[in-house]
Amino acid sequence: QEVTVDMLDHLEQLALVDFRDAEGVARLQKAIQFADQLHEVNTDGVEPMDSVLEDRCLYLREDDVTEGNCTKELLKNAREKVEEYFVAPPGNIPLPKLEERETFLQGF
Amino acid sequence: VAARGCGGVWRRAWRRGAGGPVPAPRGQRAVTCNAKGGAVPAGKSGLAPWVPVVGLEIHAQISSNSKLFSGSQVQFAAPPNALVSFFDASLPGTLPVLNRRCVEAAVMTGLALNCSINKKSLFDRKHYFYADLPAGYQITQQRVPIAVNGSLSYSLCIDNKMSQIVTKTVRIKQIQLEQDSGKSLHDDTRSQTLIDLNRAGVGLMEVVMEPDMCCGEEAAAAVRELQLILQTLGSSQAVMAEGQLRVDANISVHRPGEPYGVRTEVKNINSLRFLAKAVDYEIQRQIEELENGGTILNETRAFDSKLGCTVPMRDKEGKQDYRFMPEPNLPPLILYDAKSLPANMNHQQVVNIDWIHERLPDLPSVKRAKLVEQYGILPEHSFTLLNEDGLAEFFENVVKQTQMKPKKVIGWILNDLLSYLKQHSLTVKESPVSSFVLADLLNLLEKKDISSAAAKQVLAELWKGEGKTPLEIVKEKKLELIQDQKELEQICQAVIDGRENEVMMMVLR
Repeated sequence: QEVTVDMLDHLEQLALVDFRDAEGVARLQKAIQFADQLHEVNTDGVEPMDSVLEDRCLYLREDDVTEGNCTKELLKNAREKVEEYFVAPPGNIPLPKLEERETFLQGF
Repeated sequence: VAARGCGGVWRRAWRRGAGGPVPAPRGQRAVTCNAKGGAVPAGKSGLAPWVPVVGLEIHAQISSNSKLFSGSQVQFAAPPNALVSFFDASLPGTLPVLNRRCVEAAVMTGLALNCSINKKSLFDRKHYFYADLPAGYQITQQRVPIAVNGSLSYSLCIDNKMSQIVTKTVRIKQIQLEQDSGKSLHDDTRSQTLIDLNRAGVGLMEVVMEPDMCCGEEAAAAVRELQLILQTLGSSQAVMAEGQLRVDANISVHRPGEPYGVRTEVKNINSLRFLAKAVDYEIQRQIEELENGGTILNETRAFDSKLGCTVPMRDKEGKQDYRFMPEPNLPPLILYDAKSLPANMNHQQVVNIDWIHERLPDLPSVKRAKLVEQYGILPEHSFTLLNEDGLAEFFENVVKQTQMKPKKVIGWILNDLLSYLKQHSLTVKESPVSSFVLADLLNLLEKKDISSAAAKQVLAELWKGEGKTPLEIVKEKKLELIQDQKELEQICQAVIDGRENEVMMMVLR
């Protein structure tokens, strides 16, 4: 399955990943081919496994307050803060459209 | 979808004022409901009217001490970012640990809503970027939620008179456990958003209601009943004003017999009143748009309570792709019942559905039925009693302490007590007149020591909350009924003597 510009653009928007150059795209292509090998296995009637933890016991915690109250420590990670609030831009800044951004994909 | 549209119309189409749901025969106009009590107009084209379709997604904050996957506290008002653990802030190396109380709350709610509880349910990640979601994903239950296929019965009064009550049912598609996000405070002047993660990670139950409703009034009534159920169970305090109960409405319209129309999602609804308004406005907006030849966009709109309308939400990013994936850090959630209970398991690690079922309290519908049966009051009275926090208990306490029949007591509770409380915006708990004092007053009335009119006067005095007993006020204002035959004769005679002519005219007529 060919990797199209639209698909790469979509991935860059969703995951904010940057394929950077032809080598990056080639690596992606190889990864998809590698994973496609899974289709060679007949899985008719087999229940999909989505976690190796599937037969582990999910631990249930008691409803006690045991954490929190570490505002100062958490805010140490913030580039900007205002009175114990984290500061963020007014809204999501969407990735500019393909034509408008500097990405290797432009010439792809 | 097309097949459902047909069956759905006749179920929903009903004529108001005719005493209940009336299926309109084929070929004739299906009259659809509308909060104001009239039909949704046919419009200029003169074709069959529109069928509105309303579904709801309700997020109820779980009433628990700590959060869904971490041990930080759940509390409404607190200094910003004080109730945040490393996990809530999504610091690397932290892992989710499921809170048992949250699981029990979801099971209780599922059972109360007649759902099938999934003995095995799964957790997933729903990815999107927003500053109040530090991990970049929300842990939810998209594939296999904890409860499915339930129902909720709610009641409406026709024509806003309490005398005619109709019961309707809405199907519950599912209930899932998920994390709440933090809070964003928009500071437009400085072009920035302030983030408080106190709410991030609080447990939510998302209750998805199928699109079985057709107007704002139905939506509000359904949510109100859900609210009462959650409060009775204690699984959520469900106070909309504190964000413990949030409702998103999915609305579309279509012509009878045709497939469902494009739906819009309406958010930012902060009260039951606004819910009804928002839904009705959006239905009207869609009808007008379509009748004018326009189309409906599958978009998210916000309800503007000041203007009373819905407006498109800033949607710069187009359709979201949430890239659902299984939550790799959480094994499946296994619930047990009496039969499947493992022998040697630590009971703290076990959630037993049957054990929870046995301990469910009486739901509002059961409580109402019991009140009607036990006290002989009317069904609509039972609705009012349960609709006001503490009123049913107050009523029962008065009944216990007085000889007056409950059927008479209810009048004093609903007409006098309740209207006074409403006038002064007081809750039952804040009432200056206690059940003991009211019972005392009603006993005087029952013993015929005072008249009904006098009792009302005494009550008016009691509202002042000056601590006087009813008897003291009666004596003070000389409101005692005169029982003495002789004294009554004297008074009557005096009246006759004073006004002989008028009395003669009355007698001769």
